[in-house]
Amino acid sequence: MITKLLVDSLDRRATLFLGFLGLILVAVPLLNLWVPEGSAFHVPTYLVSLLGKYVCFAVLALSLDLVWGYCGILSLGHGAFFALGGYAMGMYLMRQIGSRGVYAHPTLPDFMVFLNWKELPIFWYGFGSFPYALLMIVAVPGVLAFAFGWLAFRSRVAGVYLSIITQALTYALMLAFFRNDMGLGGNNGLTDFKDIVGFPVQAQGTRAVLFMLSVALLGMSFLLARILVTSAFGKVLVAIRDVESRTRFLGYRVENYKLVVFTVSAMLAGLAGALYVPQVGIINPSEFAPANSIEAVIWVAVGGRGTLIGAAVGAFVVNLLKSVFTTGALAAYWLFVLGGLFILVTLALPKGIVGTLEDLVAAKRKRIEERDRRGAVPELAE
Amino acid sequence: MMESIAPAPVTNALLYLDGVSVSFDGFKALNELSLILEHGEMRAIIGPNGAGKTTMMDVITGKTRPDLGTVLLDGRIDLTQVDEAAIAELGIGRKFQKPTVFESHTVADNVLLALKAPRDPLAALFGIRNRMPRDRIDAVLETVKLIDLRDRVAGDLSHGQKQWLEIAMLLAQDPKLLLVDEPVAGMTDAETETTAHLLREIARSHSVIVVEHDMTFVRALGVKVTCLHEGSVLAEGSIDDVSANERVVEVYLGR
Repeated sequence: MITKLLVDSLDRRATLFLGFLGLILVAVPLLNLWVPEGSAFHVPTYLVSLLGKYVCFAVLALSLDLVWGYCGILSLGHGAFFALGGYAMGMYLMRQIGSRGVYAHPTLPDFMVFLNWKELPIFWYGFGSFPYALLMIVAVPGVLAFAFGWLAFRSRVAGVYLSIITQALTYALMLAFFRNDMGLGGNNGLTDFKDIVGFPVQAQGTRAVLFMLSVALLGMSFLLARILVTSAFGKVLVAIRDVESRTRFLGYRVENYKLVVFTVSAMLAGLAGALYVPQVGIINPSEFAPANSIEAVIWVAVGGRGTLIGAAVGAFVVNLLKSVFTTGALAAYWLFVLGGLFILVTLALPKGIVGTLEDLVAAKRKRIEERDRRGAVPELAE
Repeated sequence: MMESIAPAPVTNALLYLDGVSVSFDGFKALNELSLILEHGEMRAIIGPNGAGKTTMMDVITGKTRPDLGTVLLDGRIDLTQVDEAAIAELGIGRKFQKPTVFESHTVADNVLLALKAPRDPLAALFGIRNRMPRDRIDAVLETVKLIDLRDRVAGDLSHGQKQWLEIAMLLAQDPKLLLVDEPVAGMTDAETETTAHLLREIARSHSVIVVEHDMTFVRALGVKVTCLHEGSVLAEGSIDDVSANERVVEVYLGR
């Protein structure tokens, strides 16, 4: 009975969340495009892109919650998958520039002309096509996660050791991408984008559509994650998180489950990165910085791990604070705020914002139920 | 897995251990241990701390690889060549010393995850595992008398109830051979009695190995007893024979 209530309430919560996403999907672009500037209800274009950025972070947080919150895999390198998706999108956007670059070379992006390269490296082939780029956006992070997971989970690397290796993975990628020889713009990365599928990246309308696509991606990622975690597959994931050895002795191949969820999660992170890049206008190796991945873990912890909605809420709240604290007079204090927030959540709200709210609601429901039961007894006695 | 299946059975026994040795950093946890369990048999394993009881279970379930020796299931399948999941699939279930259930799942979900059915990710995602009949779960919960608690979170159960839930999960797994490690540790007398009854019930249709310290409990089971000491078999026979054995008395009481 209690489980059923819980499942029902969760479903209501999930519907509510999706409803909210639907609302901002429509409202934000409307208030941006059709409400005249100067009106109190007008949403400026910079804000649309800023919100779109938050939504992409929410997708990254969601993908992290899937592996960490449900399967206990604390990845400190999820930013790598996000950045790889971003680079794949960046390569497509670079190819769209065509001969409009500073050096006006018909095929080579500016940085290659600058480096005196004569022809396009082979791995850049195909990125002129959007469907191909889209495929790479999910395939590159997916293949990397699969290969990494295949090796790590099969040799039973887990816990803090796995976290350290994921951290090393993103760090190694950052160093590699900093090199000019990588052919991906080195230190400067990829930027100065012009068009995306024929529409100017900077245009107000394009920005609104990118925002809508980001919200839609968050909604679909959320649905996919809900399906995963409410199926028996999700129950096995939680079983692995709670007692891995027991799950093995029950006959489950733990490494296969981890591999599936890790790969799916990396693909989602890649998609998030791909939508992030056109909205911020640049992708460079600093996106691989270990600190970024750790920040994503903090989003999930603040929002509440193992709740999915919490991941999105956490990403939004922490990034909102970051936007406030990294501008103006408060800029010097951001890292203190972030550190303080982490300590506060660990000590006072170990289940995060959403986890704590869930507990409060459950406790209240229990009290009401008990009161009803007590109230019902005399009537039955009549 | 094919290469680990011998063409003809070496023995008719369900479980066959011969000359099994395991050492950890020079400490011999098992020292040429040999043990045979027949089909349908229930066996109690006793022995002082460090006698190798848990290590023996680890070897049978694939958690620990022996340095030397043979471990055969059904006289044909070499258990030293396959991993834990494969051994579980072959029909060996294990109950841990400390009750180990999935605390954030409900009692019913714990059993659901244990039920005999395909265990690959696809089956769990879209397949059969999502359509397990409720009465199969309930039948198991009836047996261990946890049916009234089916929708409770397993973490809320008492110590004894968790032990029974773990036994229920083993039943749901429906293995050929059950390994039960100290099922009554930390239980009240009444709970111990219920557990003994439960295990005898299970032994009717399964082969069982029970490791236990509690002599009254072993006596209550009324089965053949093997006493381990320093990694090998010290004595084997009925509980009266074994407890009358001078060397057994010596290792239990100390020299």
